[in-house]
Amino acid sequence: MISPASLSTIKTHRWNPYLVGALIGVLSILTFSLADKPIGISTGIAQAAGACAVPVMGAESVAANTYWAKKAVPAWDYGSLFVVGSFLGALISSLMSRSFKMETVPTVWREQFGPSVAKRLIAAFLGGVVIIFGARLADGCTSGHGISGSLQLAVSSWTFFLVMFASGIATAFVMFRRRRA
Amino acid sequence: MHTVFAFITGPGLLWAGLLFGIIFGMLLHRGGVTDYNVIVNQFLFRDFTVLKVMLTAIVVGGVGIFILHGHQLANFHIKSATMLAVALGALLFGIGMVIYGYCPGTGIAAIGTGKLDALAGFFGMIAGAGAYAMSYDWIAANILPVADLGKMRLPQLVGGPEGVWYAGLALMALVVFALVNRFHRHPIGCCTQG
Repeated sequence: MISPASLSTIKTHRWNPYLVGALIGVLSILTFSLADKPIGISTGIAQAAGACAVPVMGAESVAANTYWAKKAVPAWDYGSLFVVGSFLGALISSLMSRSFKMETVPTVWREQFGPSVAKRLIAAFLGGVVIIFGARLADGCTSGHGISGSLQLAVSSWTFFLVMFASGIATAFVMFRRRRA
Repeated sequence: MHTVFAFITGPGLLWAGLLFGIIFGMLLHRGGVTDYNVIVNQFLFRDFTVLKVMLTAIVVGGVGIFILHGHQLANFHIKSATMLAVALGALLFGIGMVIYGYCPGTGIAAIGTGKLDALAGFFGMIAGAGAYAMSYDWIAANILPVADLGKMRLPQLVGGPEGVWYAGLALMALVVFALVNRFHRHPIGCCTQG
């Protein structure tokens, strides 16, 4: 029987953000040096989209698409399994800390837009469409550009970082402006 | 270039991807950035967790890879500075991130913590990535070539020694953290509830 004290760190849901950031930095060092790969997510999602497109438009059409043939081949590889791992890791972590919770409408959303489940799901779907289109156009997301690219001082990644934050701040202040009484 | 420590190759890369992904997903959850509220509150300047996590990761990872690269123990993987595409993509990304409330990585991880809105956004991302694949030939012909600087790094573009760049990066992060901790106070009751 493991004492509750020794499990306290595992069970504490939130860790210090600087510690988590430093550990993600160390993880980057490991992926670069051991596997010669950066951390990235959005290419893996584009690969999954290719796999989902196969039953819809046929394997031949997917194979004939330049993007799926060359840039995001729908197959199990390092990048697509990294995406699966990210899902599993968060699942394991939330179960271990007993913070796994089914939820559809987050607090900050509900305070501004009300408790409607349909409204939140539709917005999340549309937000997902826009964010991944942006990520593929920029050739990276918060992981591939924001962390992996920025830490290599890539011009593309710092451009992405600054424009993304500016755009997000502007969007947030428009969407979440206080309602006048 | 093959580097000495890069022993993970071939089929081993599949397991490495899965394992590194699991660690990444755990860290995203522990950092609190799988929480919609934490992400949206960053863009509203109510919570600086996202910035703290990202900048610390950039400094620690950056200095580490700078040192390894200097000893030929790591390769750089630079994405092309296709400036129009990156700027337009980042513009869309910022809008999408606030509406979705997650980024692609934290969204995937948030599904693992039980967030069903994150799952709806995942279906959106599948649709959006499909739309991009369909538009790719046109984008590759008309958008990607505009202001393409290639695999450019800041020290090449602006000049100056690498060491100074990384020292400056660390200093900038420390200044940002000091400012955030000096001027930002968590409003009571804000930003902690899941």
